[in-house]
This record gives sequence, structure tokens and C-alpha cells, in this order.
Amino acid sequence: MHFQLTDDQRALQSGMRELLAGRFDRDALRAAVDATVDAPGTLDRRLWRELGDAGFFALRLPEDEGGVGLGLPEAVLLFEEAGRALLPGPLIATHLAAGVVKGAADGSVVVTQSDGALIEWYEASDAVAGEAVAEGAAVPVRSVDPLTPLHRLHEPATTSDPLVGLLTAAEQLGSAARTTEMAVQYARERQQFGAPIGSFQAVKHLCAQMLARTELARAAVYAAAVTGDLADIAGAKLLADEAAVRCARDCLQVHGGMGFTWEADVHLHLKRAWVRKERWVSEATLTELLAELLVEVG
Amino acid sequence: MDLTYTEEEEEFRARLRQWLGQVLPGLGPKPDPNDWPGRRTYDMGWQRRLYEAGYAGLHWPVDAGGKGATPTQHLIFLEETERAGAPYVGANFVGLLHAGPTIAAEGTPEQKRKWLPPILSGDEVWCQGFSEPDAGSDLAALRTKAVRDGDEYVITGSKIWTSHAEVADWCELLVRTDPISDTVPKHRGISWLAMPMDAPGVTIRPLRTLAGSTEFAEMFLDEVRVPVANRVGAENDGWRVTMVTLSFERGTAFVGEVVACRRTLIALATEARKNGRWDDPSLRRKLALLSAEFAALWRLTQWNVSESEATGGVPGIGGSVFKLRYSHARQELYDTAAEVLGAGALDLDHEWVLDRLSSLSYTIAAGTSQIQQNIIAERILGLPKGR
Ligand SMILES: Cc1cc2nc3c(=O)[nH]c(=O)nc-3n(C[C@H](O)[C@H](O)[C@H](O)COP(=O)(O)OP(=O)(O)OC[C@H]3O[C@@H](n4cnc5c(N)ncnc54)[C@H](O)[C@@H]3O)c2cc1C
Repeated sequence: MHFQLTDDQRALQSGMRELLAGRFDRDALRAAVDATVDAPGTLDRRLWRELGDAGFFALRLPEDEGGVGLGLPEAVLLFEEAGRALLPGPLIATHLAAGVVKGAADGSVVVTQSDGALIEWYEASDAVAGEAVAEGAAVPVRSVDPLTPLHRLHEPATTSDPLVGLLTAAEQLGSAARTTEMAVQYARERQQFGAPIGSFQAVKHLCAQMLARTELARAAVYAAAVTGDLADIAGAKLLADEAAVRCARDCLQVHGGMGFTWEADVHLHLKRAWVRKERWVSEATLTELLAELLVEVG
Repeated sequence: MDLTYTEEEEEFRARLRQWLGQVLPGLGPKPDPNDWPGRRTYDMGWQRRLYEAGYAGLHWPVDAGGKGATPTQHLIFLEETERAGAPYVGANFVGLLHAGPTIAAEGTPEQKRKWLPPILSGDEVWCQGFSEPDAGSDLAALRTKAVRDGDEYVITGSKIWTSHAEVADWCELLVRTDPISDTVPKHRGISWLAMPMDAPGVTIRPLRTLAGSTEFAEMFLDEVRVPVANRVGAENDGWRVTMVTLSFERGTAFVGEVVACRRTLIALATEARKNGRWDDPSLRRKLALLSAEFAALWRLTQWNVSESEATGGVPGIGGSVFKLRYSHARQELYDTAAEVLGAGALDLDHEWVLDRLSSLSYTIAAGTSQIQQNIIAERILGLPKGR
């Protein structure tokens, strides 16, 4: 056993981080948010294609099918980076459609999928994977997350690919890591009572808990990517949801009044984390599944 | 210990109920949350009706234009108006709950005559200019400076997070009249002023909240001239004057909301039964615990009010206990609402989703939860002071 990233995995991770720093940095994120005021639900197709060129969608396709030929652990690392940067779009659906829907692999086509009662990026997408959506069956919702347009389905879809759960958990992990960093940075810089607020135990301990939550989720998500086991994925999703939502909340708290503003990025993380929490299978069902397994194993 | 109300109090409740039953159906529709002038008109219109019916400033002393009612009657008023679904104090929050009570407690007879009647009649809106970019939790570090020039102060500095600044007529402003030095600790040298919002040199820049609305603002003050006569309390005694206001804020400002939360809880249970989530025992238990929490918060309020009745109307330090638990419980309430709504929790058109967003400020505004815990630890428990 050697449960650590390989050199190649590390290189892949930093390559993705660099790509996003160049193509979707904070300014680009805020510009995308601002653009939703006039044109909600528009997706940057050029960026989508660039992601395709970088192998983001074709990552797990075999090389002889034009893919990169890598596995789930590598996919999880890329989606973690996407979560960190709050990269918008139906990334998971398009990734899972590579090799199935023509044009998904190279990013020339945007694919979304129905998931439970919701469907993300419905209007901006070229195709819907999974259960077909009948004409007029998807009703627009005023989405809480400015960068995730949503439609509601009258008939909830029943497709539940565990990989949606795993890759979503990876995005949650990236977001949790990022809000932890944001909180720590702010706690270092912001001064009250003549000292950095990070020197007060109340703030310090909030930050410490954020890190602990994130690292536990990381272990669960990476392990689930290696085993691909349903119970592991279920546990990883639960922990990563908790980490992303809780860390965003604590990050908001550490920022005080600033955290409650539109200008601060923390609300974008929180809202996206809420959206991702609704994906795949509900918390109630996942916990019931794990409870059942306890009895079966015993 | 007695939880029954006196005959007089019950009569008061019955009369109030009857009046609410008559007046509420005739009220116009609520304005759009982003229509600030519309909100001001709506909130002030309600205050006007209260005024005309003799319910304005119920618990204020008679010499302040109030009715001199007991804190218990005030509690009944807050309970009944909320229960009947009457408008929330809204834009009148600072006037009725911070600035007004401060002026009533610390102002000269002339100041009371000038500022209190228009608050009660719904003619003038106040905002609170306390926090600054570098003075939030450490409020006493505020730096906005006021220099005496004859019978005026000349004020320069900036304030932040000023709620309702865009529609306010007056601002209760904290300024530094004596610079911090080796001999002047930061709590000294602060003064409390009433600043007209239309004074030359006042610039307002609205700030957007995470819910997308411009609930609060930045306020830049460039050589704003305010008469010395607008100072409430002695020069450099503003910190003590402020503490009176803050204890009001933490004491009774959220009473109506507790009643509202109990109503929401019932609505959540009803919705859960309708959409099937009621079958999830973990959700039912969460709702049940919240029910116990809000019932107890209501009892704690009654306790605090009875205590303040004994101490002459100024809410005690127990307000911090209430504030700490209440703000947390309110956030839990709306997290549970999200569970009830399921996918609907992502739909901004649902009232509970907006309430969930605004509940995020509860552990920050009016003193963060961390600061409340410091107050409880140091001032109630007497533990050694940290920084
Ligand atoms: C919706 C809203 C409305 C508001 N309306 C008004 C208004 O009308 N007028 C007005 O004057 N102000 C208003 N405020 C400001 C509010 O009072 C401040 O935001 C609050 O006091 C916190 O200050 P801050 O934002 O500077 O955070 P900071 O003080 O910078 O706090 C940042 C973090 O550090 C923590 N911290 C700071 N000091 C300590 C310590 N000693 N020990 C432990 N932890 C500590 C805090 O708990 C917080 O988590 C409003 C705020 C909000 C969110």
C-alpha cells in the first residue's frame, strides 16, 4: 500500500491548477457572475473547448479511442481543482458522456443530464444524457447559485450513476479546501483589538476544524476513487458535502460583515455547495444505505 | 414564578387582537424587497397606524412621548402583532429600538421633543453609524473624527454596514472627539451624535448583500458639520451612552422574530407532511428539537423581560445568552427548511430560501457569536479577560 499521489498525479493536479489560474481566475469568475445579471445561463464555449483540448472530458477514455487513458483517481483530482475554482457548467455530465455522446470528449458539445428533480444548464446544453426530457417538461427555476442555472422536472429522473456522486464529492472537496484557505488568509490579515483575528482562539479553532473536515473528506474521496466501491462513494459524498457546506459557513463567519457581501467570494462557494449537495442521492438515502451495510456485514 | 398574565394584561391583549383583526386586512400588499422607497413608505405607514391607534412607543416613558407601558405589555404587543402577521418594524428598527430608546434614556428634554415624536409617528427614519472598516467587533477602536468648531462639530471619516442608510433621515453616529493616546484609552473620547443624512459631505455607497439586495451601505463623511446641540450625553461619554443602546438591541429586538420562527416551524411540519418528507424520522426529530428550542427561547424572553421590569426597563446582560442561542437556532431552522424543501431549497422564489440567506447574518450582525461568547465568559462567568 502507498496511499499517496504519484508524481504524475501531482503533475496533473498542478497542470490543471495552472490552466484554471490562466483561464478562470478570480476576475474571470466575477465577470461570469456579473454577466449572469444580463444573460443568465450563458456558458463560455471557448473555455469548454479548451478544457476538452486539455483532456478534461476525455480523461478516462482509452487512448485508442482518442482519450487520455487515465482513471478515476486522476478524474477526481481534476474535479477537485474545478471545485476550487468554482468552474461553471455541466462538467460531470459532459465528462461522463465522453465516448457516448459525439463531441463531448473534445468539448465541442455541452452535455447535461437530468438528476432527480433538477437539471443544470439545460438551456446552454446541446444534449441531455440519461432519461430524455420531454418538450416543456423542464421549468426554469430562479437558482440560488448565480452560476448554476436550474430547471425543475415534473417527473424526477431516476438515473443515479455513482460516478456523479464521486465527482461531485471531489468538487466539494476542492471548494472546502479553498474556503479553508480563504478563511486562514483573512484571519492572518484582518486586525481587531490590535491583533490578527487568527490569534483569537475562537477564530483559530474555527479554522482548525475547517482543515480537519477537509482532510478527512479528502481521505474518503481519494479512497473512493481508488476502490470505486459504492459504500465508499456514499461515505465520501456525505463527508465532502458536509465539508464544503460547513467550511463555507465558517469562512463566512471568519469574514464577519464582509462575508455577508456579494463582493466576497464565500457566498458563491456556499451556494454551489448547496447545489452539489442536492446531486445524485439524498443524504437520507445514503445514510440508510450505510446503516444497512453495517447490519449486513455483522 | 408565575406565567399567568394579569387581568389588565389580558384585557390589553384582547383589545390589541381586536384592533389587529380590524386593521390588518385593509393593509396593502408588501413592496418588493429591493424597492427601498416603497419599503420605507410601507413600514412608515404601519408605524403611522400604530401611532394613531395609540400603540406607538408603548414601552417608552411618558416624558418621551411613550405610553409608559410595562415591559410585559410590550412583550404582549410584540407577540400579538407577530402572531397576527402584522408588518415587521423594518426601516423603523433603529429609530424604535436603538436611537429612540437611547435618546429617551440620555437626551435632554429638548432633544426628546425634537427627535422622538417623528420616530413614533413614522415620519423619520434613523440608521446606525457605528461600525467602521477597521472597527467592527472592536467597536471602540472607531476613528471617525469630530473636531469642535464653535458650536459645530466637523466630522471626517467613514462608516460601513449602515443598514437602511439610503432611506434614513437621521443617523445615530459614533465619533471620536478625543484622540486615543497614552492617557486616553479607546473607550473614552467617543461621542454620540445625531447626524442629518442630508448634511453636505455625506456620501452613501450601497453595498450588496449575498442575497443580492442593497440592505446596507458604506457612508463617507467629508467635513460634515453637525451642531454640538445634536450630541446626546456628555462629550467623550458616548461609549457608555452606546452601551445602553446595544443592550436594547440584544435584549428585546428579536422578540417578534421568535414568535415568527415558531410559526415557521409549524409551516415546515405541515409542508413536510404534504411532500412526504415527514416519513424521515431524523427530520422529524430535528423539527422537534427546534420546537423545544424556540419554546424555551420564548420562555427565556419572558424571564429576561420580567427581570428588566425589576431593574427599571434596561435589559440585562442575559441578552447575550438569548442572542447566542437565537441566532444559531434561526440558522438551524432554515437549514431544516432546506431539508424539507429538498430540491426546492435551490429556488430563490421560495420565501424560506431568502430567509435562509438572510439568516446567515444573524451570527455576525449586532455582535458576532464569538463576541457574545466572550461577553458571557468574561462578564457573566467572570473568567479572566482575553484580548
Ligand atoms: C446584515 C448586517 C447589518 C448590519 N447593520 C449595521 C448597522 O446598521 N450599523 C452598524 O454600525 N453596523 C452594522 N453591522 C455591522 C456589525 O455590527 C459588524 O459586522 C459586527 O460587529 C462584526 O464586525 P466586523 O464585520 O468588522 O467583523 P470582525 O470584527 O472583523 O470579525 C471577524 C471575525 O473575527 C471574530 N472576532 C473578532 N474579534 C474577536 C475576539 N476578540 N475574539 C474572538 N473572535 C473575534 C469575529 O467573531 C468574526 O468571526 C451590520 C452587519 C451585518 C452583517
